[in-house]
Amino acid sequence: MSHTSTVTTDRSPALAALSWLLRNHIWVFLALTIIVFSLASPYFLTLNNLGNILTQGAFIGILAIGMTMVMIDGEIDLSVGAVLALASALAIGLQDHMGVWPAVFLGLMSGAALGFLNGSLVALSGMHSFIVTLGGLIGIRGLVFVYTGENALMVPDFSYTEIPEIYLGPVSLTAIIFFGLALLFQWVLSSTRHGRETYAVGDNIEAAHDAGINVKRHKIINFTLCGTLAAVCGILLSMRLGTAEPNAGRIWELWTIIAVVLGGTRLQGGFGSLWMTIGGVLTLAVLRNGLRLLNTPNYVELMVMGSVLILALVLDKILNRREAT
Amino acid sequence: MEQRFKRLLRRHGLVVAFLVFLAGVAFNADAFLTPGNILDVLRQVSITGMMAVGVTFVVLTGRLDLSVGSLLTLLTVIVVDQHNVAGPFPAIVMTLIAGLCIGAFNGLLVGFVGLNALIVTLAMLSFLQGLVLFYSGGSNVNVENAQDTWFAVFGRGEFLGLPLPVILFLVGAVIAGLVLQFTTFGRRVYGVGGNETASIFSGIDARWTVFWTYVISGFTTGVAAIIMGSRVMGAQNTIGQGYELTVLAGVILGGTSLLGGSGSIWRTVIGISMLGFIQNGLLLLGFPYYVQWLVTWAVIIVAVWIDLGAKRGRIFA
Repeated sequence: MSHTSTVTTDRSPALAALSWLLRNHIWVFLALTIIVFSLASPYFLTLNNLGNILTQGAFIGILAIGMTMVMIDGEIDLSVGAVLALASALAIGLQDHMGVWPAVFLGLMSGAALGFLNGSLVALSGMHSFIVTLGGLIGIRGLVFVYTGENALMVPDFSYTEIPEIYLGPVSLTAIIFFGLALLFQWVLSSTRHGRETYAVGDNIEAAHDAGINVKRHKIINFTLCGTLAAVCGILLSMRLGTAEPNAGRIWELWTIIAVVLGGTRLQGGFGSLWMTIGGVLTLAVLRNGLRLLNTPNYVELMVMGSVLILALVLDKILNRREAT
Repeated sequence: MEQRFKRLLRRHGLVVAFLVFLAGVAFNADAFLTPGNILDVLRQVSITGMMAVGVTFVVLTGRLDLSVGSLLTLLTVIVVDQHNVAGPFPAIVMTLIAGLCIGAFNGLLVGFVGLNALIVTLAMLSFLQGLVLFYSGGSNVNVENAQDTWFAVFGRGEFLGLPLPVILFLVGAVIAGLVLQFTTFGRRVYGVGGNETASIFSGIDARWTVFWTYVISGFTTGVAAIIMGSRVMGAQNTIGQGYELTVLAGVILGGTSLLGGSGSIWRTVIGISMLGFIQNGLLLLGFPYYVQWLVTWAVIIVAVWIDLGAKRGRIFA
C-alpha cells in the first residue's frame, strides 16, 4: 500500500497537470488548430487576422454565453437565431419612426421579452425547453418574415454602421463586448447566488427545489438573459451589415450549440463554465477562419464541423470514463 | 355521459380543436373541404409524413433525429443524379441503401457508442449538408429525360384516384403502426423509451433497439427522397432544409412524448396532417405565407401543454 502511495505522490504534479488537461481538452485542441493553421497558411498568424477571428467569433460567442447559462440549467434554447433576426430587423426597421437609439433599445427589449416568454412557458407548463424553443424557432422566424415583408431592411443612415468601428489595437468593439460579457457572466456563475443556483438546478432539480431555490423564477431569469444576449448579437450584426435580412442568423443556434458543447459544457446540465465556452467559441472561429484562408470549398467547413463535434463527444466520453475509474 | 364526454375531450381535445378549426376554415373558404384540395394537402404532407413515421420510432425510444432534413437533401440529390447515370431502378436501390447506411451510422453512434442523440444528429445535419455540396459540386441536378421515365410515378402518379405518394405514406404508416403494436421489436421500442434501465434488466438489448430505430428513420427518409425527387424531377442543394423541424413539429403535435415510451404512428399521422391542413387553410383564408409559422408555434405550444396538463391532471407545473 505504502509503495503505491509514494508512486502517486511522485507522479502527482504530472497527474494533476494531465487531469487538468483532460478536463480542459478544448484548450489543447485550440492550440493544435492554431499551430496547424499557422504552418499551413502564412496569413493566419498575423495580428490583423487574429483580430478578424475574434470579431467573427464574437457573434456566435455572445449567443453562446446565454446558451451556456441555459444549458448548465439543463435546458436548451433553439430560438436564439430567430430572436437575433427579429432584434436586428426591429433595430433597423424602427429607426425611421423613432431614431437610432430607441430602435436599438426596442430591439433589445424584443429579445428580453421573447426570452421571458420562452422561460415562462418552460417554467409554467413543465414542457421540455426543446419543444418550447423549437416552436419559438419556427414562430419567431415567421414573425421576422411578416415584419420585414420578406425583404432585407436597409439602414436609413449609414453612420449606424460606424458605431461598432472602435478598435483596441486589432480587437474590435464587438469582440470586446463578447469578452466583457463572458467575463461578467463567468463572475455571475462562479461568485453569485444566481450562479450557484444555476449549477444546483442543472445538477438535480428536485434537490434544488427542496433546498428552497425558486426554480421557476430562476429558469425564467436565465431564458430572459439568453434572449437578451441573442438580441445584443442581432443588433451588433445589424450594425456590422447595415441591413437586416429576414434569414439572418439561420441555423446559428446550431453553431452556438456546437461551440458550447465543443467547450465541454454538458447538455444534461450541472456542468460547464464560460471559460470552456470561450475555448469552444475560439476553436470554432479558428477552424472556420483557417479553412477559409486555405481556400477550401464550403462543404469542407460543414463536414469538418460535423466530424469535430462527433470527435469531441467521443473524446469527452472516453476521458470521463477514465476519470471516473 | 358527461363524465365520458369530459374524458373524451381530455384525451382527444386536440382532435376536437382541430375539427373546429376545419369547420371554421370550411365555412369561410369554399374550396377548403373539396376532395381536390384534401388530396392536395395529403400530397403535400406525404413527404414529411413519410419521414415522420421513421422519426416516430426514434422519438419513442427517447432519442431525436435532427439529421433527416439534410439526409432528405442528400438522398434526393443522389436519386436524381443516379437516375441520369444509372437509370431509375438502380437509383432507387442506391438511395434506399444510402439512407439505411447513414441511419445505421447514426444508430451506431447513439445506440452503441452512447453519444447524445441531439448533438450527434446535429453534427450529422452539418456533415450531410457538406456531403450534399461535395457530391453535387454546388450545382442543382435535374432529371434529364423527364418525359419518358417511369420514375415520375412516385411523385405524380395516381392509383384508384388516389395520388401514389399519399398511398405510399399511408401504407408506410400502417406497416409501421402494425410493427409497433404487434411485434416484439415494437414492444421493445416502447420498453426502451419508457424505462431504459428496466428494459435492459428485462433482457432487451437497448443498443440494438435504438440502432434499428435510426435505420428505420434513414429508410423512410430514403422513401421520402424518392417521392421528392420524383415530384420535383430535380434537386436543389437546399431542398430538404428545415424539414427536420416540420417533421419534429408534426411528431410532437401528435402527442408523442420526447421523453420516449409514449406515442404512436397514428398520432404522428394526425399531427403531420394537422400541420398540413392548418397551413393550407391559412393560405386559403388569404393570410401571408409566413403567418402559418406563427400559427404552428402557437399550435405546438397549446397542444403539447394541453396534452401534458391532461396527463398531469392540472394545467401548471
